[in-house]
Amino acid sequence: MKFFDYARATELSEAIGEFAKPIAGGTNLLDLMKLEVETPSRLMDINHIGLNEISPHGDGLRIGALVRNADCAADLRVRRDYPLLARAILAGASPQLRNRATTGGNLCQRTRCTYFMRLGTRCNKREPGSGCDAIGGVNRDHAIFGATEHCIATYPGDMAVALAALDASVQIEGIDGSRQVSLRDFHRLPDGDPHLDNVLTGGEIITSVKLPAPVGGKQIYRKIRDRASYAFALVSVAAIVTLDQGRITRADLAFGGVAHKPWHDPAVGRALIGNEPSDQLFSEAADLLVNQAKGQGGNDFKIPLLRRSLIAVLREATGIGGNDVRNL
Amino acid sequence: MFGTYDIPDQRNLLDRTRQGLIGAPLERPESGLKVCGVAPYAAEHHPPNCAEGVLVTATIPQGRVIALHKDEVLAMPGVLGVFADKRMLRRPAQGTAGKAPVQDVRAVEYHGQPIALVVAETFEQATHAAKALRVEYEASATVPLDPEGLETEPGRKPVVLGDLDQAMAEAAHSVDLTFTTEGHASAAMEPHASVAEWQGDDLTLWGSFQMISHNVKELADSLRIAPRHVRIRSAYVGGGFGSKLGISHDAVAAAIAARELGRPVRVVLSRQQVFDTITRRSETGQRLRLALDAGGYLAGIGHEAWVSNLPDEPFAEPVTQATEFLYSGENRKLAVNLARISRVTSGSVRAPGEAVGMQVLEAAMDELAEKAGFDPIELRKRNLPSSQPGKDRPYSSRMLIEALDQGARAFGWQDRKPRPCMTREGEWWLGMGVASAARVNMLRPAAARVRLEPDGSLRVQSDQTDIGTGSYAILGQIAGEMLGVPIARVTVELGDSSLPSGAGSGGSFGASSTGSAVFRACEAIRDKLAHRLGVPIEALELRDGMAIASGREVAVIELLRGEAMEEIGRIKPGKTDKDYAQASYGAFFCEVAVNAFTAETRLRRMLGAFGFGRVLNARTARSQCLGGMVWGIGSALTEELGFDLRDGQMTNHDLAGYHVPCHADIPALEVILLEERDAPASPIQAKGVGELAICGAAAAVANAIYNACGVRMHDFPMTPARLLPKLPDPF
Ligand SMILES: Cc1cc2nc3c(=O)[nH]c(=O)nc-3n(C[C@H](O)[C@H](O)[C@H](O)COP(=O)(O)OP(=O)(O)OC[C@H]3O[C@@H](n4cnc5c(N)ncnc54)[C@H](O)[C@@H]3O)c2cc1C
Ligand code: SF4
Repeated sequence: MKFFDYARATELSEAIGEFAKPIAGGTNLLDLMKLEVETPSRLMDINHIGLNEISPHGDGLRIGALVRNADCAADLRVRRDYPLLARAILAGASPQLRNRATTGGNLCQRTRCTYFMRLGTRCNKREPGSGCDAIGGVNRDHAIFGATEHCIATYPGDMAVALAALDASVQIEGIDGSRQVSLRDFHRLPDGDPHLDNVLTGGEIITSVKLPAPVGGKQIYRKIRDRASYAFALVSVAAIVTLDQGRITRADLAFGGVAHKPWHDPAVGRALIGNEPSDQLFSEAADLLVNQAKGQGGNDFKIPLLRRSLIAVLREATGIGGNDVRNL
Repeated sequence: MFGTYDIPDQRNLLDRTRQGLIGAPLERPESGLKVCGVAPYAAEHHPPNCAEGVLVTATIPQGRVIALHKDEVLAMPGVLGVFADKRMLRRPAQGTAGKAPVQDVRAVEYHGQPIALVVAETFEQATHAAKALRVEYEASATVPLDPEGLETEPGRKPVVLGDLDQAMAEAAHSVDLTFTTEGHASAAMEPHASVAEWQGDDLTLWGSFQMISHNVKELADSLRIAPRHVRIRSAYVGGGFGSKLGISHDAVAAAIAARELGRPVRVVLSRQQVFDTITRRSETGQRLRLALDAGGYLAGIGHEAWVSNLPDEPFAEPVTQATEFLYSGENRKLAVNLARISRVTSGSVRAPGEAVGMQVLEAAMDELAEKAGFDPIELRKRNLPSSQPGKDRPYSSRMLIEALDQGARAFGWQDRKPRPCMTREGEWWLGMGVASAARVNMLRPAAARVRLEPDGSLRVQSDQTDIGTGSYAILGQIAGEMLGVPIARVTVELGDSSLPSGAGSGGSFGASSTGSAVFRACEAIRDKLAHRLGVPIEALELRDGMAIASGREVAVIELLRGEAMEEIGRIKPGKTDKDYAQASYGAFFCEVAVNAFTAETRLRRMLGAFGFGRVLNARTARSQCLGGMVWGIGSALTEELGFDLRDGQMTNHDLAGYHVPCHADIPALEVILLEERDAPASPIQAKGVGELAICGAAAAVANAIYNACGVRMHDFPMTPARLLPKLPDPF
């Protein structure tokens, strides 16, 4: 670990506009500092500036940036009105990590690309202009949507995938005031400058996440991974599906583990709306989703996996298939 | 009492003693210390003025270090020294090496190899300086990084009997299958760590080791000093699984730096360094050929494999080890070949050989059973030879049939569907699988001191290690049982090279070997007590501090007359080792659910039934079986070392990337311990259990996956990525 200065902010104004790296739960930042992948010269501890409450906001909820993941997932309002969010958070990391991890930190967690995390390799995200060793290398975890020749990494988190399906927004505070960004636009595609994970500029801080009014429906977060818990998603599906008189009236979908950001393709939801649920319909929607997908070799399996996962989730959401035991 | 073990001890003395400790599910005496965090592990020794060392590792797969820019780093705050001594280790020592492994860190043989040590006042200073050290290399032009398809050399003496090709040609039913398994890491919880302190010419090293008496020799030889100048202390070890059989980089580097700096030095490997530099289990490619005659008997077995290791490294993952004795079939071809690649040293990882050998043999047996129309249990039972094929020696004991039968009954095997794809629960295919377990048994030279104190309490001493397995518990139980001392009055001291040499912890031999040494020391003490009491030894009964014989009852402390009685017991393998085929056996049953859409496999339940001689402690033995099955599940579903074939770097060198099973992966596990007495195995009639429950477990999972969804998986681990393309239509 490189030496660094440490300061503790006691109110928001001290934290913003600082030429310092904010540290919240530290569960991602400290790991990367130990590896010297992150080498901030100054840390600003934002754990004592408040922003750690969940409060009503219009018809929705406001989740403070310092609310711990565990607290958010356990909040009764979240569990009742946004079960998708609670489920996605609980699908991530481990109880110990979720006790520390915060809403803001979770959104800003960095990719798990193996080359990003190992010094001495070429990585445009860590060292702009150096190249990308994941291309042609071990890229089992990497993106099938929106990758460029500069970077094929994924955003690895779960919570944000649910937030994308929920159409949440991110409240940001900087020296020039505050702004609000749709969660769906918060993370970026790598384009030519993959060192930027999201739209935050230097000195800006996330202060909260806003959830719109609850929409009900069947809410499912399905995470496919190599072991039953404590592993990042190979692919994940966040779905809010509403049925009315046998037809789908709402289908808000987002996908994790497949792109540099939570993947949201409105066309897929649109293809479902107004139709009666059927395997045929779901297969067509899933085809539409993976139409543009492109594998890198090691992660080619993600394309059929995502396709089938979406079908499974839509069947579960609409009750097709059932859950009974059948002897064939 | 110095003799080798030549004649099976049929007395079963421990069945006649009366203290009631043997087999009792006693808690490990040190467990309280461990869960409270007060059992000091290697790195937790803090001699005054201790400096901190961090290893620098290579970023090329092969070549030479031509420059280390030490000066820049020496100028950094707190830095005390940069060491790249010729004696520092390039590779860790293999188990039982007893001499220095490959040294001299100026050459690089694999990506991640240690090339220098940076020592500083604080750990953070040393870590940062180690990362900052600029290294110039001369990299080799072409480096073999991919073992697949490389030319190989023989790695193990092949077994060729009869004519396998002909047996295959004439077989009524046969299978000819090729399997692959990926590399595994031991991934012990405690990283490798050493604290070295010199007093004059004498070194004390607190480290994390499995086989102390060998480790002393390895360390002394590496440092070019006499073993009597080296004392190793390793009282608590946070798991080894083979990775601490031999010494590794930290020990030699810490000793060299401490000597040079004139103060103690601690070197702890980071988690990533443990993966990058400590012995791994080789990946394997294995071809299995099984020929069954019209009567349903095996006529031939072929098991030919390639594995990999660094150039000249003698270890070759012995995947055919159990195939040599498990099933009949007079036409045989068993071979293990070695590909030489530039990848971290391969060596013993828990159950070397059988772990991945039985995994594929037992999967092949399942396919053969299906082809021939046998119940898989029946096929196995009818093909158990009465003597070891090709060696013509009897089995010391073998509870395989009992394990299969009792396991089947307890598991409900009769409910298994005869064909795949017959049970569906929502998205999930359900199925059951079975496999045999087998693991060779070994007795190793061991010594232990037992001292009956004048107050009647008991002290047991050996350099035997306890790597979390229960050595402290069972050695105390054996001594207390033999001498009639309640367990609360028994103290066991282990893991210090100044004590008599135990067998160490490896190959599942620690309990039976060092346990036998303790047993023999106790026998000598019992003889003395009988003599003092004036009764024949056969008449002596010792219980709760009393000696009872011929109607007389005398307190043992009276017989001691105020003086301690002390004996060193010794055991060495002898004729029984050669005269009998010795192994532990068992059977696995499991039920899996395979998601028809996503190809995730989840275990529903698993049962293992195991016979491994005398059960010394039902709790610790059961724990070993549970842990073994967890390893088997990992090998089946999740564990694989990843490498970048362009430069050899390991791509998942931490516990987030290398997936050992987590709690949610492990369903209800059931263990049945089959009581057995194996006199040829050891004077306490015990065999090894530490590794048995891995050996074949993954095959039970593979066979259950087939029974569930009709997919035969030949490449392990069976991740969703591998299974998905083979799944039938999910709807
Ligand atoms: C072993 C392991 C497994 C994991 N598995 C999963 C998983 O399965 N799914 C998953 O989703 N996550 C997983 N995680 C990641 C975990 O969710 C994140 O580490 C955590 O959410 C980060 O939150 P934090 O508060 O600790 O962030 P920190 O580590 O404190 O910060 C992370 C980043 O966010 C920045 N930051 C923090 N707060 C703010 C703010 N308010 N405004 C602006 N920037 C900010 C920091 O500067 C830093 O760059 C795993 C982590 C580990 C270590
Ligand atoms: S994929 Fe992105 S993060 Fe990974 S090596 Fe390439 S540039 Fe770096």
